[in-house]
Order: sequence, then C-alpha cells, then structure tokens
Amino acid sequence: MSKVDLNKETGPREVFCGLTSIVWLHRRMPDAFFLVVGSRTCAHLIQSAAGVMIFAEPRFGTAILEEKDLAGLADAHEELDRVVNDLISRRPEIKTLFLVGSCPSEVIKLDLATVAEKLNTKFLGQVRFVNYSGSGIETTFTQGEDGALKALVPLMESTDDEKLLLVGTLANNVEDRFKKIFNNIGITNVESFPPRQSTELPKIGKNTKVLLTQPYLSDTVRDLKHRGCEIVFAPFPLGVEGSTKWFLAAADAFKIPELKVHEVIAPLANRARKALEKHTQILRGKKLFLLPESQLEISLARFLHNECEMDLIEVGTPYLNKDLMGEELNLLPDDTKIVEGQHVEKQLDRVRASNPDLVVCGMGLANPLEAEGISTKWSIEMVFSPIHGIDQAADLAGLFSRPLKRNQILTSKTLATH
Amino acid sequence: MELTLWTYEGPPHVGAMRVASSMKDIHYVLHAPQGDTYADLLFTMIERRGQRPPVTYTTFQARDLGGDTAELVKRNITEAVERFKPKTLLVGESCTAELIQDQPGALAKGMGFDIPIVNLELPAYSKKENWGASETFYQIIRTLLKDKVNEIEKINPKRWKSLGRRPKVNILGPTLLGFRCRDDVIEIQRILSEQGIDTNVVAPLGSSPEDIERLTDADINICLYQEIAETSCEWLKRNCGMEYTTTIPIGINNTINFINEVHEKLDLPLTNQEELEHKSKLPWYSKSVDSNYLTGKRVFIFGDGTHAIAAAKIAKDELGFEVVGLGTYSREMARQVRSTAKDLNIEALITNSYLEVEDAMKKASPELVLGTQMERHSAKRLGIPCSVISTPMHVQDVPARYSPQMGWEGANVIFDDWVHPLMMGLEEHLIDMFKHDFEFVDGHQSHLGHNATKGTKDKEDEHTQRHINIQKKGDIIWTDSGRAELTKVPFFVRGKVKSNTEKYALSKGLPEITEETLYDAKAYFG
Repeated sequence: MSKVDLNKETGPREVFCGLTSIVWLHRRMPDAFFLVVGSRTCAHLIQSAAGVMIFAEPRFGTAILEEKDLAGLADAHEELDRVVNDLISRRPEIKTLFLVGSCPSEVIKLDLATVAEKLNTKFLGQVRFVNYSGSGIETTFTQGEDGALKALVPLMESTDDEKLLLVGTLANNVEDRFKKIFNNIGITNVESFPPRQSTELPKIGKNTKVLLTQPYLSDTVRDLKHRGCEIVFAPFPLGVEGSTKWFLAAADAFKIPELKVHEVIAPLANRARKALEKHTQILRGKKLFLLPESQLEISLARFLHNECEMDLIEVGTPYLNKDLMGEELNLLPDDTKIVEGQHVEKQLDRVRASNPDLVVCGMGLANPLEAEGISTKWSIEMVFSPIHGIDQAADLAGLFSRPLKRNQILTSKTLATH
Repeated sequence: MELTLWTYEGPPHVGAMRVASSMKDIHYVLHAPQGDTYADLLFTMIERRGQRPPVTYTTFQARDLGGDTAELVKRNITEAVERFKPKTLLVGESCTAELIQDQPGALAKGMGFDIPIVNLELPAYSKKENWGASETFYQIIRTLLKDKVNEIEKINPKRWKSLGRRPKVNILGPTLLGFRCRDDVIEIQRILSEQGIDTNVVAPLGSSPEDIERLTDADINICLYQEIAETSCEWLKRNCGMEYTTTIPIGINNTINFINEVHEKLDLPLTNQEELEHKSKLPWYSKSVDSNYLTGKRVFIFGDGTHAIAAAKIAKDELGFEVVGLGTYSREMARQVRSTAKDLNIEALITNSYLEVEDAMKKASPELVLGTQMERHSAKRLGIPCSVISTPMHVQDVPARYSPQMGWEGANVIFDDWVHPLMMGLEEHLIDMFKHDFEFVDGHQSHLGHNATKGTKDKEDEHTQRHINIQKKGDIIWTDSGRAELTKVPFFVRGKVKSNTEKYALSKGLPEITEETLYDAKAYFG
C-alpha cells in the first residue's frame, strides 16, 4: 500500500443520510416502491434532494409517524399494515416493497423485519417485502444502497453456474456497454445487481465472481461472500486507468490472458485519452479539495490526479473501508491527505486556508463557497450521471472542468467591470 | 401514520431555520442527525443564498446514543458560540432528537453564557414548517422583550403626534423561502413612505436581535404574513398594547384597504384616496378591451392561506375570473379560506395531499391554475396553464428581477403572471376564426411557450385519439363525424368540450356522439 496520510476527524457533519439513495434506486428498479417509515423531515429530505415534482406519482413515499404512533396509542404494526394496504391498492403494479427504516424508527426500535415478514405472508405471490435502514444515525448517503442490496441478497437463489456479477447501481447505458466489452473480452455470462426489475434477481453461488462497480457496498459484499461468492478486488471503473484495471481484474478471475483484455480495450482507451486531453488542459496543476459525501471521493481523487493531473490538497471520505479501497489507495500518490469523518467547520477553515481551485462538496455548501470566490462541483451529480467506464472518462472529467471553464469566462471581463 | 408522497410543508425546525437564516447575529444549534443537514440546500439552492444558514447540527450517530449525547450537545454549543459569536442563540432539536430527550435548550441555559438563549420546543410529530417559523419568531421576541414590556407604558398608536415625529411602523413576517418576501418588503416600505410613514423594523428578514429589542419604538405593527407573524403581533398587542393591521395588501382593493387600515390605526388622515386607484396598471389593463376575453375564465386556486385568499379575491373582483376551486394546505388558516370559499359559492379544499388537489383540479376543469410548484406540475400534466402564487417553490420562482406580489407593483406583476399563460384575448379570437385555415397549426400560440411546438400538437392529437378510442370501449361511441368535429376544436379547450359532450350524451341517454351532438352540447352548456 502506498503511504497515504490517513487522518480521522469527528464533529458536526454536512452530509446526506442513506435515505437519499432511494432517489437513484427507484429509477433502477421501476417495479419497486420504497416506503420510508419516518418523520416529516424524512419526506422533506427526499423530495428536496430529488426534485420529486417531475413524477406523476413517485415510486417512493413516507409513512409519517405521528404523535399517536409514538405515544403507543396506535399500534405501529397495524398502522403500517393499513398504509401498505392503501399503497398497494393504489399501485397494484408494485412487485417489491422496501420498508426503509429512518432515524426516528430506529430510535423507537420499530421492528420493520417483523412487519415485513407478516406482510410477506399476507401478500404472498403478489408483493415481496424487504426492509433495511437508511437512517442518518447509521448510514451516510450512498450507504443506503448498501442496505437495500444487502436486504435483497437472501432472496437470491443459488446456482453453481460460473458468472460475473456486477454489483452496484449503474446507468442502463453504461451497464449495456460493460456487458458488451466483457463479451468481447470473453466473459459472456455477466449479470447485474441490482437488476432492472426487482423480481429478476440474479442467482448466486460459489462460482459467482463479484466485481463491484461502486465503492460503498461493504455489507452487501460481506453477505455475498457468505453465500460463497468470490470477491474480485479492483480499483473502481472511473476513468481509463481505473476501468482498465477493473476489466483486467475480472479477466484474471476468469483466467483470460491480459493480452486479450488489452486487445479489446486499447482502442477505447486511446480514444478516451484523446477526449480527456481537452479537459486535462484545464484541470492540469489545479488544486483540488474533496469534502466527504458520496464515498466516491477516493476514486475521483485518483482519477483527477493520475489522469487529469490535478494536485490533491485533501480527500475527505465519510468512512473508509480499507479492504475495498485498498487497490485505490495504492494508486494514489504518496502522502495524499485522506480525512475520514468530518468536522465541517474545521474542514472549511482548511479549504479557505489552502486556496483550492476546485472544491467537490454537497449542495448546501456549493453556493456559499462560490460566493467566497471558490469554484465548486456538487458531489450529488456523480451519483446521477453516467460516469463509469472508459467511454465516460471524458464526461467525468468534464464535470470538473466545466466549473473552472465557466469561472474563466465570467471572471475575465464581465464581472471585473461590474 | 400518514402516507405522504410529497409534502407542502417541511418539519417545524425548518421553519425555525427560515427565521434564523433571515436574521443577523443569530445562531441556531440544532440537535439532529447528519441527514437533517439537507435543509441547508433549500436556502443555498432554491434561494441561491451565498451564505450558509447559521445552523450547527450536532449530527449524533447511533454509536453516540449509548453514551452521553448531552455532552455532544454541550460541545457543539460551546464551539458554535466561540466560532460564530452570536448575539442571541437559538437551541432546539429535530424529530429524532426529540425522542431522546436531551433537552438541549435547558442544557444551553445552564452553561453560563451571557447572551440570550431561546429554547425552541417545536413538536416535530404534530406541527409543521410555518408553525415552526411562527413559534420561533414569537419565542425570539418574547425572550428579548419580556423584561422590557413590563417597564414601558402601553403603546398608543396615536402617540407619534405628541412625540412630534412621523408615524413609525414595524413590518413583521417576511422570511427567507417565503413567496417574494424580499420584494414585498420593498414595495410596502415604498407605499408607506409615500404616505409619510416610516419603517421602524422589518423582521425577521434582515433584522438583528438589537432590532427586535427596539420593536416597541414603533406605533403599530404590520402583520404582513399571518402564518409567520400573527402570534407575535398578538403577544405585542397583549403585552404592550401595540395595534396591528390584518389586511394583506395583495391586489388593488386590499392594497387600498390596507392603506386605509394603517391610516385609521394611526389616526393619520388619508389625503390622496382618489390617487390610489391609479397607482397600478392592473385596473386599466383589466378594463381594456383585450381583457374582455378574460371574463369568466375558470380559475382553480391552491396555496398557503395568505396567498390563496388574496388570489381568490383578485381573480373574482379585479380580473373578472370565475373561481371554480379554492384550497389551502395551511390548516391554521382553514377557517378563513372556508369563509372566502363560501362567499364564492364553492367548497374549500383543506388538505396536505397533492393528489387530492390534482383530483379536485381535474374535476373543476379550470382554464388557469394558480398554485404552488406542485400544482404547476399537476397542471402541466393536465395541459392547463398555471402560474405559481405560493410556496413551496422552485428555484425559478425566485426571480432575479423585482417582482413583488404586494402593493401596486405587485398588482402589475400579478396581472402579467396570471394573464400571460392564458391565450391573449384578441389572439384567442383570431385563432377561433382561422382554425380551419390549412396553414393553421395547433400550438402556434405565441404565449403558450410550453405548448408551442409541433410535437405537442402531435401528442395532443394522439391524446385525443387515445381518449376517443378508450371511449369506444365504454358505453358512448364517438362516430367519425363526431370525432372529426372534435379535432377541429382548438386543443386548449378540446378536453373540456369532449368531457362536456360526453356528460351531455350520458345525461340524454344517447348511444353515440355525432357532429350534431357536439353542437347540441355546446348550446346546452352555453
């Protein structure tokens, strides 16, 4: 492992909770519904983060706990039963219903597992119920997906067929592209988890090789391992370098020679490097500060340093799983400052003191930093945009070069004379 | 438990944040888990604020729950006071912290700070955002003024005369994330100063704790947004005898009524009564011949109490619309909205469910919807023009230009914002005349920006076609001639014509709809 400079920090944080991941999970599995059991705050959070209004009826909602639920005047299980009945009669097309725990439901120890079990019996053959927690006292932002996927693992049937299982939500077009490339490499049995339909869960077993597409799936990985799956460790498929090593790791697991991979990938990689160049011209030598949020920060830092030649000031991450991130840490330059956890005020002091050219941060901080003259990129865009794979490397770089380019355009004349 | 897919109001602590963020030299320590920090983006993204809300979230985690979360609260309070040096500290909790009962407000008061500490107890499981804002504003005023009000004499609204100065008022209620509050304040201050009335303090927006302490220097209060300021105005009336106005100056009539009310309260003679009618272009624009076509336009209204009631009055009395639906999500103002609806001979819709609102909207088949950003989306789905008149709002409802809702300029803005989404009068007439011309294409209307594409036309036709086909399966059959005639109807009224014709056919027991049935129905409904 390279000698990165690992630090821990505690204090007030500025990050989303795991409920936020519902925003992309429900789009991935259109036959599923996510029912948060929580407070008005939970409902408000998701709609604020998601811009829900574009949906006629979103495939997620909140069963809002009221005073009578907390005072024990109403039986929470019966109440939830009633809400679920209403929901299913309104949306008969729902195939899987996720009961999602929240901060308040965890604190009052509402047993969603038992509720899910009862509902499974009641709606047998019609709707499947699973539960997980997206609460902010246990999960950060993308960790919600980890919880949702982990909840599905017990429902996956067993098989001894040899296959490659891509784990982590991908944009559909990126997924198709990956499957095609794996096919060309010689890996033909490739499936994805989560699948596009919640009822079409892949089968797994001892000949399943798991390749992660996202870095935040620690619990899911553990359970897949328990089911006998082999975990293929690799950097994550962001940028040309990460994606190449990711394909190589998979090929290696299938005993496909490295040469074959390079044969397939080389033209793509050459094309991508050319496309990257115009972004690198803008990003080269610029100082980058990443605040913790999406858990993609370490992979992004590696891409932006190694391929776009940015200088890393500090790489924040909400938490660090050294096993899953080992390959990534190895690719970072020595002495990269990594900070796990957050004290948002102290971190912002360091941002100001280090005079960065670009800060990757959450939406709550972006405009205030811009108002101080610091260019920003919102991290939530990384989880909504197709950024994975060699073909997307330039688009990924573009997310970071755009604010800098814009800054150049605006500050050169227009604002100076204002 | 209440199933919610989308909510008009956030939790009460978001209301507290609106007040805290509106003010200067205030800091709010909120005992809350990390996810609650999402609320910052409401201010920084929707309102494009260049400052973070002055809020420290304790962000306790599951592992803290076994230990001493009270210590965590105290540490955060100490750090916040040291770092931000507020002149008044608000301390409270969000929904989850309410359950663990650390009582952060009481903790803060025991820590020996020499600044006023406002303990906010906002029940998250029974109250909502506007209530939280109102309660927070009230608690700040109460904390900062409770000693002072015992010492001063009751405030006589006419005292400015004996004090030898111009009358002075406070403008209470505007906050961040309120609908056009920033511009309303400018407009109202302008109107008051034209009448020789000075503004003492505007609060919460832009005020500091020192400003709150000098609220009692004013002669009366102006309660600009009842949802936020009524409780505070009542307290000031009870404790200092300060009178307050209740007319909300939205629309011409109520702006005039407001000016009259202020003058009466202050015992200040109103010398320019007849000038007032000409301060805004709305009355003339509404009277001009083009606006003839606005007569009886069916309008559906839903929003917060203040804006919904105001919109209903303007729609009916100042623009000559027919109000076919009126509702609010502000339960605190349900009674007033019901009574306004009763005057209009309709029944008010009081609900938190946007789906219920959408259903009511469908049934009312309006030609214009005035609502929140959610009604804009519902209206879009139904193909009805819409203007946003109330929070909750989208980033596009925080315009860069000056665009108040209140006062004279507010009335101008309202005329433009409500009428432009509609077909303009003469244009509607011409389209009707030329609709059979081969060059006429549905969707060429210049003012329906969102509909003015060829694609929309195709979609509309497809839509009609689909509806007609669906109908075929039912009891009523659309004959070829009926269908052909229906497609000649301009698309923006086609849905209404279709449903009216079917209603008519059903009521007459007709088995099929022909060209003639359409004309019969037209004659029947007028």
